[in-house]
Amino acid sequence: MSPIDANVYYVPHKSRWPFVAVIGMFLCMVGAANWLNGHEPAGQIILTIGALTVIGMMFGWFGNVIGESLKGTFNNQADSSFRLGMMWFIMSEIFFFAAFFGGLFYIRTLVVPWLGGAGDKGIITNGYIWQGFSAAWPTNGPQAVGGAFTATSPWGIPLINTLLLLSSSVTITIAHHALLAGKRKRLIGFLGLTILLGVIFLGFQAHEYWESYVHLNMTLHSGIYGATFYILTGFHGLHVTIGTIMLIVIWLRCMRGHFSRDHSFGFEAVSWYWHFVDVVWCCLFLFVYIL
Amino acid sequence: MSSTAQAVHYGEHHQSFFERWFMSTNHKDIGTLYLSFSFLMLFVGGSFAMLIRAELFEPGMQLMQPYFFNELTSMHGLIMIFGVIMPSFVGLANWMIPMQIGAPDMALPRLNNLSFWLLPFAFILMLSTFFMPGGAPAAGWTMYPPLVLQGGESIAFLIFSIHLLGISSVLGSINIIATVLNMRAPGMDLLKMPMFCWSWLITSFLVIAVMPVLSGAVTMVLFDRFFGTNFFNAAAGGDPVMYQHVFWFFGHPEVYIMILPAFGIVSEIVPVFSRKPLFGYKAMVFAIACIAFLSFLVWSHHMFTVGLPLGGEVFFMYATMLIAVPTGVKIFNWVATMWKGSLSFETPMLWAIGFIVLFSIGGFSGVMMALVPADFQYYGTYFIVAHFHYVLVGGALFSIIGAVYYWLPKWSGHMYSSFWGKLHFWSSVISVNVLFFPQQFLGFAGMPRRIPDYNVAFADWNMVSSIGGFWFGATQLIFVGVVIHCVFFSKQKATSRVWEHAYGLEWTLPSPAPHHSFTEPPAIDDSQLAHGTLTH
Repeated sequence: MSPIDANVYYVPHKSRWPFVAVIGMFLCMVGAANWLNGHEPAGQIILTIGALTVIGMMFGWFGNVIGESLKGTFNNQADSSFRLGMMWFIMSEIFFFAAFFGGLFYIRTLVVPWLGGAGDKGIITNGYIWQGFSAAWPTNGPQAVGGAFTATSPWGIPLINTLLLLSSSVTITIAHHALLAGKRKRLIGFLGLTILLGVIFLGFQAHEYWESYVHLNMTLHSGIYGATFYILTGFHGLHVTIGTIMLIVIWLRCMRGHFSRDHSFGFEAVSWYWHFVDVVWCCLFLFVYIL
Repeated sequence: MSSTAQAVHYGEHHQSFFERWFMSTNHKDIGTLYLSFSFLMLFVGGSFAMLIRAELFEPGMQLMQPYFFNELTSMHGLIMIFGVIMPSFVGLANWMIPMQIGAPDMALPRLNNLSFWLLPFAFILMLSTFFMPGGAPAAGWTMYPPLVLQGGESIAFLIFSIHLLGISSVLGSINIIATVLNMRAPGMDLLKMPMFCWSWLITSFLVIAVMPVLSGAVTMVLFDRFFGTNFFNAAAGGDPVMYQHVFWFFGHPEVYIMILPAFGIVSEIVPVFSRKPLFGYKAMVFAIACIAFLSFLVWSHHMFTVGLPLGGEVFFMYATMLIAVPTGVKIFNWVATMWKGSLSFETPMLWAIGFIVLFSIGGFSGVMMALVPADFQYYGTYFIVAHFHYVLVGGALFSIIGAVYYWLPKWSGHMYSSFWGKLHFWSSVISVNVLFFPQQFLGFAGMPRRIPDYNVAFADWNMVSSIGGFWFGATQLIFVGVVIHCVFFSKQKATSRVWEHAYGLEWTLPSPAPHHSFTEPPAIDDSQLAHGTLTH
């Protein structure tokens, strides 16, 4: 590493990757929208090209940044900027989930009781439109949209999944301490364990979805319960998937010795993200499964 | 490679057109892209407004099918909000924040480029819907279900373009926060920062908190339409009003996203041409923070007539009226800044004063609508249209134009024609009132918004309003001329200070400013700051 002059500002090279990223995302959106509108196979083809562009962009852009990082291009100020960037990105993700949680709370505390006749509004709504519907949760509404279904018990797979994710937060913290202490074997071992726990979590969740669809008749169409259940757990599962991929990348980088005590932004960013995913799951377990 | 070599290497050297504009890591070039793009979109969205006013020129159906009218009103709103006001503020932030805090560039320049380039592609997606089976989205810019679900092929494109716009503005805001918190020159304390930086710092928090919520809301619409969920179907236990709650949890802070940077701009301009420091700098900062905080607690005032429980209506009424307090502090402080100042009325000052007056009119009608019983009369009428156009045209747009007149000499290195700038102002400020003031009468009288035809009783004021609209629209062509002349043809060099009483780091740089504003942290001289130790 070359010495960094703290008195001179750092501004990165020009890069073609942001523009490539935009093209890739644009093609993904065009493809997905065409697919949804039934234009097949054009939609799938465009979506695939877009997705490949995005994946290629990620290899290119992140590879570029990793290379710069290893050359010691980034000074402390740049490092702080990256940290702030990741922190506020996670904050925006929290608000993304907050939208669905907010929707769920509104439905459960107000809408369903109103449909069941509670309050001034409810008397009219229930009396004239939805006679005989009594509020309960889970529900698929006065017209039982999607047919009778059974909600998953929180004390089976969801409980195991909670324990899995909680312990994965512990293992990644142990890995972080190992990194700070310079114990590479321990770092790689515990990071690998974290990935394993993430993958098992995803496997269990896939199994749970399959059970719900095949045996419990609990689907996306199962009224408001199915809708809120799948959008919350689904987006969480997507984030676990992304987090696991990020962990794998960081694991490979650890094996190549990319990180050190003073040079660990990539590792920390991923561990923050993983903790965020974990906290979201705890909220899901409480508000979607138990209550 | 040492950073010194890089700082030199990435100075002004020859670069191809593609390298400069598509691969940029330069805050000025990206700021120019943002401003040019929003300028273009102003005329796209504006042309829709002209068509709307043409159809409303007299009662009866003249020019278009009702459904196309609905497409125009919906797209006009979406374009003006996401394509004009928001990007032009981001463009101003890009240009000015690094120069005002003594930074070389934004904190995350490549992310900055990504944020910008998402915008044009998002609008390609959105505008392409005009040519699709079923036409463009026609359910209003608020995209309420169940109506929006009845659109044609446009829905998926609309929702995905909203996603891209959301990603763009969140990434842009992350960048602004990182820049303000991390890139200030040593000695530039937070409470010495220019008001524009403060306003954008707080706005960025709002963007990060609410744009993802909009993405969530439209994602639920997407699922209802394409994946068989029932979020907004009461028969399945859902509720269309749930969308409104989630949407306006985004929507109300969004209103402040579009006005807080304007507050910052006006707080920059007014002291300079009053030759006095800003009155109550700290109070101004705290007032912005208060407004931002309160903006999260008032969303249901957009939904007073949907049948909220009484307790909710009362809470949101009082919370909304509370916002008038910090807003009043701001207006008071601008007026107090001018009080006994040596006022001069250069072009930017005219726009800033125009802002204060017009925004106050819009603000007052806002307080009227905050009253639940009164709002039952105003809801869904032209009074609402008049209100938000006063704050968004007379407020946000006026401040943006004022900012361009204020900083354009710094950007281009040339002075513009102040005669044409002033003519632009006077023509705009008169026509904007001819345009929107009568809409308040129409709203009081009960004319509903979002309709292509109306009762003959509303005829005269609609004609007046339309004349004002065409006049205002044509006036903006002056702006194009002034800017193009200034950038490409003006012979009159601008000095580095440009305005006699302008203080702050941006005025210590030559005009035009060097490619990377500061390659090393500048020494901060408190007496030369706009809001430092105020000795001047």
